[in-house]
Amino acid sequence: MKLSKITLAVLGASLAAGLGVTAYAASGENGQGESPYQGLTALGYPAPQEGQLVHVPPTMADLDDADIHPELKKVIRRGYELFTDTQQLRGENVFNDMNCSSCHLGEGRQPFSAPIWPAAVTLPGFRGKNQHVNNLEERIAGCFAYSMNGTPPEYGSDDMVALSAYHQWLATGAPMYPDQPIYGRGFQAPPDPEQEPDYARGEEVYQAQCTICHQDDGAGHYEEGEYVFPALWGDGSNNWGAGIVRTHTAAGFIKNNMPLGQPNSLSDQQAWDVAYYMVSQERPQDPRYTGDLDETLELFGSTFHRHSRYGEVREHDDHRLADHANTGEKDFLKPWNVGVSRFEELSE
Amino acid sequence: MNKTVIRGLGLLLGTGLNAGAAMALEGDVQRGQEASATCVACHTADGSGLNVPGGESWPRLAGLDSGYIVKQLHDFQEGRRENASMKLFANMLDDQQIADVAAYYSQMPVTPAQGGEEAGEALLERGEQLAKRGDWDAYIVSCKSCHGPGSEGVGSDFPGIASQHADYIATQLQAWKNDERSNDPQNLMGAIAKRMSDEDIQAVSAWLARQSVTAE
Ligand code: HEC
Ligand code: HEC
Ligand code: HEC
Ligand code: HEC
Repeated sequence: MKLSKITLAVLGASLAAGLGVTAYAASGENGQGESPYQGLTALGYPAPQEGQLVHVPPTMADLDDADIHPELKKVIRRGYELFTDTQQLRGENVFNDMNCSSCHLGEGRQPFSAPIWPAAVTLPGFRGKNQHVNNLEERIAGCFAYSMNGTPPEYGSDDMVALSAYHQWLATGAPMYPDQPIYGRGFQAPPDPEQEPDYARGEEVYQAQCTICHQDDGAGHYEEGEYVFPALWGDGSNNWGAGIVRTHTAAGFIKNNMPLGQPNSLSDQQAWDVAYYMVSQERPQDPRYTGDLDETLELFGSTFHRHSRYGEVREHDDHRLADHANTGEKDFLKPWNVGVSRFEELSE
Repeated sequence: MNKTVIRGLGLLLGTGLNAGAAMALEGDVQRGQEASATCVACHTADGSGLNVPGGESWPRLAGLDSGYIVKQLHDFQEGRRENASMKLFANMLDDQQIADVAAYYSQMPVTPAQGGEEAGEALLERGEQLAKRGDWDAYIVSCKSCHGPGSEGVGSDFPGIASQHADYIATQLQAWKNDERSNDPQNLMGAIAKRMSDEDIQAVSAWLARQSVTAE
């Protein structure tokens, strides 16, 4: 047992069962003395397993009550607002129709919806995607460059500090560099489907279960200029370099989070099929694009695009995916943080 | 980029979100006003309805999306949504009249709602939280995620619920909870309502009733 790792032992019963549970002390109302996240099993999620790190991040109500400097509270609140309404940076840092919380549901706190606090306790760390050690700001910057099809706020800028403060606040009480696997981290793909994912079957699921919100053309919906339903593909969506274009990540997101309010209601096969349909649509070019699709694949295939359909030819209409120079709403391809190598002096 | 603007196009049935089968007919406001003669007893002349605590509240129809009204009237007729009074009155209308009354009510300005006046600060705060941010620990998705900014409605599928009567909202949420209303597409509303406690329902109903919806 890894009890020595646990900084905040609030739930004696769970600890006895071998779970590494941490929680923000003031959020006891939600835990109600039971092990946390038990309610999730009724929604089809797996229960926490022995040996996993289970962390319940604090809420914004906890922040109101927290015993920290009022100036810090303001900055964390600003980070929360940027995270849930990233559209306020539209045209500056964000060039698509999304907020961070479009993919990180429940304000970035929700298990199986890639909760964001793990980044605060696992970074600085090595990332396969850019092959060097990243800190939290660089991780956040990555989501701006790819998921938001934008360009990040400067490292150390007010907005960047506010966003990282929010991430770090959510991690309050969790151990730094945990050596246990984290319960509910990322978008966990459902088990491999019985049949190969299929475009036509995926389209059927899409029409039946998704168009009411995301629309036939995947462009989502704005109501009188205000965000309602985000775009799944097209100019208003994330670009080809975003993590969610990998079929398994898309399937993991969808199975665990969609249709909105009904997680785990699709079968594994349906989740894979509809994910495959979604990742077979066009979207803005990957900012790492060199001007040549094959060359880009050569460079980033092994670390990333072997999991996506980038450069593949779509079976039903012979369209070669991502064979274009469309950057969506932004008028540049490459934001300042992409392709910057680090620590070169350390490598022989 | 496709940013469909639905509001204000209420009369053009079948545009934008949800082009359902029942919406082929174009409604006429003038004829709708005539056909609504039997409705005013309950829904009143300005379409504001009435909050009836402990009884059967009459919902505000003024300013509801026309496609949504059409769908509800067909649902009452065909028993997909059950209510004795409304089945009777819906059955008096043919398809064209349904389109007409829908056109008529949808172009009326949203009226203020009643109910929730005695709600305390803590209850209203809880209501506001549910409407704007939800409660993800109970997997209650915020009302605004579907009902749109200010919960004022999105297209024909997601009706405006801000400035609707508190007791009407509460009755509908209870009906979903108890499997007495299930005419929502894909069980989208039912799934949420079933996770709400009685206090949650009271809180969000009171808060929504106290919101004013400004004219377009
Ligand atoms: C289009 C969907 C999408 C959007 C929008 C998005 N992200 Fe992400 N985010 C992802 C995916 C996919 C992952 C990787 C999850 C996985 O590994 O399974 C991720 C991972 C993360 C992580 C790391 C979590 C961990 O477990 O270490 C952080 C931090 C993060 N995102 C922050 C942000 C921020 C901040 C924004 C807004 C600026 C944002 N994200 C917007 C899809 C998105
Ligand atoms: C009731 C409306 C609704 C339905 C139905 C729905 N979604 Fe979503 N979806 C949303 C909302 C809202 C968000 C963003 C969450 C937020 O902002 O809080 C979202 C986010 C997403 C995202 C991540 C953001 C993006 O734009 O890529 C994907 C992918 C997605 N949905 C796929 C699907 C799929 C596939 C289906 C059908 C199986 C589906 N959704 C059904 C409302 C819906
Ligand atoms: C005897 C009173 C009464 C009369 C008369 C009446 N209604 Fe209703 N109406 C109600 C009640 C009560 C409800 C709520 C039903 C429920 O709880 O499901 C309702 C609901 C509705 C709804 C659904 C509103 C929503 O927000 O979902 C519509 C639309 C409607 N009525 C239209 C009409 C029209 C059109 C007429 C005239 C042809 C009419 N009503 C006549 C009592 C009445
Ligand atoms: C996942 C999407 C979704 C969410 C989230 C949601 N709703 Fe709904 N709601 C719907 C849909 C769809 C309908 C329309 C049902 C129909 O067509 O009959 C509806 C209808 C309603 C109605 C009936 C309106 C009328 O005029 O009869 C009420 C009341 C309501 N919702 C309240 C709420 C409240 C309160 C919340 C937040 C706690 C909420 N909804 C969150 C999808 C949603």
